[in-house]
Amino acid sequence: MNMFRVLVVDDEVDFLETIVKRLQKRKIDAEGVTTGEAAVEVLNNKLFDVVLLDVKMPGGMDGIQTLREIKKIQPLAEVLLLTGHASVETSIEGMKLGAFDYLLKPMKFEELLIKMAAAFEKKDIHDKKIRSAKIQELIRYPSKVLDDDF
Amino acid sequence: MKKLVYKKLRLRIVAITLAVAITPLVVLGWMIYSQFVNVSKQRIEYQIRQMARSQSNAIDVFLKERVNNLSTMVNTLSFEKLQRQVELSHLFQVLSHRTDGLGLVDLGVIDDTGQHLAYAGPFKLEGLNYYSEPWFGEVMSKGEFISDVYMGFRQLPHFIVAVRGRSGNKNWILRATIDSDVFNSLVRTGQTGRSGDAFIINKQGVFETQPRFHGMILEKSDLDPRQFGEGTTVVRHVDKDGKKKFYAGAWLKNNNWLLIISEETCRGMGGLLMSRNMEILIIVLGCFGIILTTLLTTHMIVRRLEDSDREMSVLNAQLVQTDKLAALGKMATGIAHEINNPLAVIGEKAGWMMDLLSEEEFQHSENLQEYVASVEKIEEHVERARKITHNMLGFARRMEPHLDDVDINSVLEQTLSLLENHARDNNISIHKKLMPDLPVVASDQAQLQQVFLNLINNAVDAIGKDGLVEITTFLKNQDVVIKIRDDGPGIPKEYQKKIFDPFFTTKATGKGTGLGLSISFNIIEKLGGSIVFGEAKQGGAVFTIKLPLVLPEKK
Repeated sequence: MNMFRVLVVDDEVDFLETIVKRLQKRKIDAEGVTTGEAAVEVLNNKLFDVVLLDVKMPGGMDGIQTLREIKKIQPLAEVLLLTGHASVETSIEGMKLGAFDYLLKPMKFEELLIKMAAAFEKKDIHDKKIRSAKIQELIRYPSKVLDDDF
Repeated sequence: MKKLVYKKLRLRIVAITLAVAITPLVVLGWMIYSQFVNVSKQRIEYQIRQMARSQSNAIDVFLKERVNNLSTMVNTLSFEKLQRQVELSHLFQVLSHRTDGLGLVDLGVIDDTGQHLAYAGPFKLEGLNYYSEPWFGEVMSKGEFISDVYMGFRQLPHFIVAVRGRSGNKNWILRATIDSDVFNSLVRTGQTGRSGDAFIINKQGVFETQPRFHGMILEKSDLDPRQFGEGTTVVRHVDKDGKKKFYAGAWLKNNNWLLIISEETCRGMGGLLMSRNMEILIIVLGCFGIILTTLLTTHMIVRRLEDSDREMSVLNAQLVQTDKLAALGKMATGIAHEINNPLAVIGEKAGWMMDLLSEEEFQHSENLQEYVASVEKIEEHVERARKITHNMLGFARRMEPHLDDVDINSVLEQTLSLLENHARDNNISIHKKLMPDLPVVASDQAQLQQVFLNLINNAVDAIGKDGLVEITTFLKNQDVVIKIRDDGPGIPKEYQKKIFDPFFTTKATGKGTGLGLSISFNIIEKLGGSIVFGEAKQGGAVFTIKLPLVLPEKK
């Protein structure tokens, strides 16, 4: 089984570090960044299964802008939004833009793990569907050169 | 204060409306009445003037005819013949047998010494001498004469007509007495109705005929003949009874007698009086109608105004309340966000500590249990703080009424978590008898929370210290029923009808707005439910809310 690849984006450093450490302790490949811009940069260089994204980040790109960029760079990565109560509406807007779900801060860690697993499962199913689609394409059109990613 | 303003307003509207409506009515009525009076007076004056004129003509003709008859006799019959008693009696008899009888009582012949030579009539007047009688000289000098009424030798009121004749170089007189009954009847044909009168007075104001009212013949009347000018004159005069009368006077052609036709002012205006009374009745009824309508209309207007003011006050108060809630909402949102972030850090740090404590190296630490218990406590209180901030937000976010999927029990729990500390501080225990598996209903969570908060808060306030609040939920027919009972002093009977009125409060000034129950009532009503107050059997108050069981899929 592949390891989860999780990117945590939150401007609250204490929160970010702790979450990353707790995820890593559970054998999850977790990384953390504190700004939207940094997240975009990391995502351009590495594939992630799930992105844990804080909606409210002062200065620079906010959560929604970052989400739009993520969906452009890695459309298959599932995004879980983190929010205080003030931005529930924003989170709902984020879900309309393709976020998987949202969590209210402070959340229970178990709840985070459950939602993360669900997001990974969805992404996994999606990946598998794409793979089998490509296999079928290969069978029908053997001459077609296979994608490097396959 | 407000009542005084409404009272003043009411009085002002009534006064202005009445003044504007009644004044023209009264003025118009008075003008019509004055016009009526004038026209009527003119009519009466005209009538009695005409009557006096025609009646005086008739009397003149009557007297002239008698004078002419006597003149004819004097000129056609000789003195020698007439001075004989037999001849005169025969003549009188012939005259008396005429159809009209000429209205003569007797006939007499008098020589130039005043000696009554012959007499035909009912009295014994033969042989009397009239030389010293005033009329004798008048006849002798003027040739013909109509006397005033006088008593004379017969001691009865009468008047005579006399004509002078000439025999040789001596004058003589043919004299006749006019029948008073005939003459009086003639004069009285001029009187009208029950209050009209017709009589004759002479230049001295002495009655020459018997008046119908007040006075006897030959008595002085209270009318002054000098106020009647030539021709026919109408004067107004108050008689001895105090009755106002019109008197029309016309001088007869003998220039000595004045014919008076009189009529009571008010009698003559009988029709007018009826019209006046009818007019007064109509005006009074009209005024009564106007007053009644004015009072009713004013009452309605002021009531509407009061209602509208009251509604406005309620709306203003609700607006203030809404503003307060909105401000509270903004504040709570900010606070919650600021607190939630550190809470999240604390929570995660505690979680991380728990992760570390589960590692092998800590398993043999003698204080492991203490660490674990402490970290669990931290997590428990982070969870508690999280609930509080979430509840604050849930309460403050008062959105437009819309139907959510609402778990009534959970809303009650959330509300109670806000009030638990307050209740505990006052030693008030809260008993929950919540029906398990109460169906989720389609309703407005935020608004229901406000209602529950108001009612439970009121219950706690009513108890003050040391008591019990019992909250029960159950299903009955197609309603979800929520009962909130306290064992406080209850609500006095006189206040029970007012408790849902806006601004009604029994709390001390500054402690309550008096809006809580009113707003709660409105909310529950809008949600299609009902809220009623009752007295608990154990004492204290119980509020029962019924909400329709609208399942989420049906909303």
